[in-house]
Amino acid sequence: MADDRSPVPPPLALVDVTKSFGSVRALRGLSLHLRAGEIHALVGENGAGKSTLVKTIAGVHRPDGGQVLVDGEPTEFTAPADAQRAGVAVIYQEPTLFPDLSVAENIFVGRQPRTRLGTIDRTAMRRATREVFDRLGVDVDPDRPARGLSIADQQLVEIAKAITRDARVLVMDEPTAALSGVEAERLFTVARALRDGGAALLFISHRFDEVFGLCDRVTVVRDGAFVSCDPTGDLDVDTVVRRMVGRDVTSLYPKEEAGFGDTVLEVEGLTRHGVFSDVSFSVRAGEIVALAGLVGAGRSEVVRAVFGVDRHDAGTVRVRGEDLPAGRPRAAMAAGMALVPEDRRQQGLVMESSIERNATATRRWALSRLGLLSSRAERASAREWGTRLQLKAGALTDPVSTLSGGNQQKVVLAKWLSTEPRVLFVDEPTRGIDVGTKAEVHRLLSTLAGQGLAIVMVSSELPEVLGMADRVLVMHEGRLTAELDRDEADEESVMYAATGQRPSEAA
Amino acid sequence: MAPERVITTPAADAPETGPAPRPEGARRIVSLLSRRESPVVAVLVVTLLGASLFVDMFATGRNISFLLLSIAAIALMALPMTLIVITGEIDLSVASTLALSSATLGVLWEAGVPIETALWICLAVGAGLGALNGVLVTVLGLPSLAVTIGTMALYRGLAYVLLGDRAVASYPRSWVSGARDPFLGVEGLPWIAVAVLALAVLFAVLLHATSVGRSLFDIGNNDEAARFSGTPVRWTKFWLFTLSGAVAAGAGVFWTLQYGTSRADTAFGLELQVVAAVLLGGVSIFGGVGSILGVMSGVLLLGTARNALQLFGLTSEVLQIVTGLILIASVVAPNLVARVRSRRVPGPNPVPVTGSTDRPRTGEQS
Repeated sequence: MADDRSPVPPPLALVDVTKSFGSVRALRGLSLHLRAGEIHALVGENGAGKSTLVKTIAGVHRPDGGQVLVDGEPTEFTAPADAQRAGVAVIYQEPTLFPDLSVAENIFVGRQPRTRLGTIDRTAMRRATREVFDRLGVDVDPDRPARGLSIADQQLVEIAKAITRDARVLVMDEPTAALSGVEAERLFTVARALRDGGAALLFISHRFDEVFGLCDRVTVVRDGAFVSCDPTGDLDVDTVVRRMVGRDVTSLYPKEEAGFGDTVLEVEGLTRHGVFSDVSFSVRAGEIVALAGLVGAGRSEVVRAVFGVDRHDAGTVRVRGEDLPAGRPRAAMAAGMALVPEDRRQQGLVMESSIERNATATRRWALSRLGLLSSRAERASAREWGTRLQLKAGALTDPVSTLSGGNQQKVVLAKWLSTEPRVLFVDEPTRGIDVGTKAEVHRLLSTLAGQGLAIVMVSSELPEVLGMADRVLVMHEGRLTAELDRDEADEESVMYAATGQRPSEAA
Repeated sequence: MAPERVITTPAADAPETGPAPRPEGARRIVSLLSRRESPVVAVLVVTLLGASLFVDMFATGRNISFLLLSIAAIALMALPMTLIVITGEIDLSVASTLALSSATLGVLWEAGVPIETALWICLAVGAGLGALNGVLVTVLGLPSLAVTIGTMALYRGLAYVLLGDRAVASYPRSWVSGARDPFLGVEGLPWIAVAVLALAVLFAVLLHATSVGRSLFDIGNNDEAARFSGTPVRWTKFWLFTLSGAVAAGAGVFWTLQYGTSRADTAFGLELQVVAAVLLGGVSIFGGVGSILGVMSGVLLLGTARNALQLFGLTSEVLQIVTGLILIASVVAPNLVARVRSRRVPGPNPVPVTGSTDRPRTGEQS
């Protein structure tokens, strides 16, 4: 923040912005200068204040102190409309389009071009949409409804909306969290094109390869305060991580070497028509098996079918030699299975419910006495597991929605680890959680495997897959295309199999 | 309730941002006052006091007995209805089930079946009718609102098929007056009131102190997460509808004996009073929130208000209007309370609220 002596004032700057929610100080004197023609990365742990900052820029929150400067002029955003008028556009991780309107209508919603008669000029709307898409190199039909668009395409629609509004400042809040590699690459191409066209971009991500590959400048925030701002070239991953966490993270992937026990889980010929087919694999005690592949390859669906949340059409699942009835999560749990699902908010937790009730949701019968379940028993169990997993929470009676993403994930883990499973499925165990907690989760999984737990991990993050897994199964379009041992698995071999190409060393 | 400053803070730099600890007693009172059923319980107490003090003839054994008898059937049906609404469903066929059960009893009695036997057949029929609702909702995956509006008409129609325009009124005197007998000879306390109370306690324990009860709230809040936790969502809902049918049939048997007559148009529109009492009692129509105490207070409050106003000599039209106003107030009040509370307490949680959500969902970009 020291070097803003450039002659042209930046299109958007925040100076010493503070914002508190009750006793919680979310932003403590944060400064940020977004310059034209630059992609600026904002990194920090979850809870560091990134989202509050984004909402301040978007005009959702009004800062308690400090200034927002537009082209060097102090400005007050009292509502999101003010921010839009100032040329600020925010692309969220999961855009909210109107599903029943067409793509073009979504782009021009609220400001449709009119004909002379005052009716909506659909032709002009369509033409303008096509022009923007051509500029972005996007191939989406302007007339199709927004329903059914992939998240990547929805984000591009949002970007197109921003461009037609002549936005000069584009904020992207974790845009790649739900994108596949190819989709993310396409987004980056668009981002670079916008930068070269003179826009100022703010890019928020937990993925360092993206931050370093895309951005020109990196601002690190911690606990709502500014830590550093440097050109990307002067930084490396270790430095950034240390600044984010405020301490050394010993290792992101603390893999413990362990011997394997007997085969615990055998899946044979598992098929669900149109989703996946003929999936067979087995997992031994103490082994971490990763299911890799592109988003949509059917990895989560396989895991859900094995656990019994979804049905399957053919194939068998055996736990320690015994067949499991299909489509019955209860039976799977009784056999010692646990599933930490992909979508924490929708599948993993009841957000309205308290921390303690969520943490004990899987063990209510076990905690009951004579059929009666007391809050005391729930609290004792939740407290025990909270301590074990180093959960950071106020009161256990608070709704679980008040926790940060990482701590929510710990509640899900507590919920399932307390059942003392023999087979643990974890689906995207570290999605959307901060580096510190990420390392904790990895260490935990490693320790559990060391204690003889069989772990199946679905992950879209290659470093996580390669760092944690003893064996990597790769899926492509509903089929297993490769099975790689720890020493044969590298980025190349996994990506080959994930994209369905035959590598030279087929498994 | 204790302010638990759980749990380890591994990093020294973690911000100490917990709310200032409040004394135990104050905290407990605040949490008691902020419960959803508190307003209705408070209003009930005030209404009972006011009616006893200012309404002639209200606090007499005769009137109290009359009051309790008049709400017994509603109270019965409100119990399973509470559980159903908490799971996010609704059963609008209860009054028709009551009527069909009453008609069945009439037909069986006329055919010479002793009441002791006929009563059990009626309960079985009711369970069957509820199970049909359950199958339509869970197996076919239809919305319960639509399903039970349909079966509401269907079951009422079947009652007409059984009885037509006739009424069966030849029930033995001993059964008819027996339905209104006081409990252990206590004046003003019909035995049915004690039975309903006992059932209410059972339902309250089931809902608030068992594994099944907890899972009902989970289903209402997020049935997908409940399914991922191993809760048999559809099975649970099926049994709730079956239970609701059986209880409604039981209410039908009692209703028949209480009034000594079976008619096909009996208890017409009563399902709305049941739903009204449930909502008045603080159960969220969207599911996931509610308590038996609140619902029983809601039933009693509606009954008391009507009874007191009747004693004042108000006409039935005015009663309707007042009942409607009470209901609207009951829907508005919790919203107001929530709004006031959210303004006063910005956030009880130690993590920055907005910083913690990793998926901002603001409608600002529309």
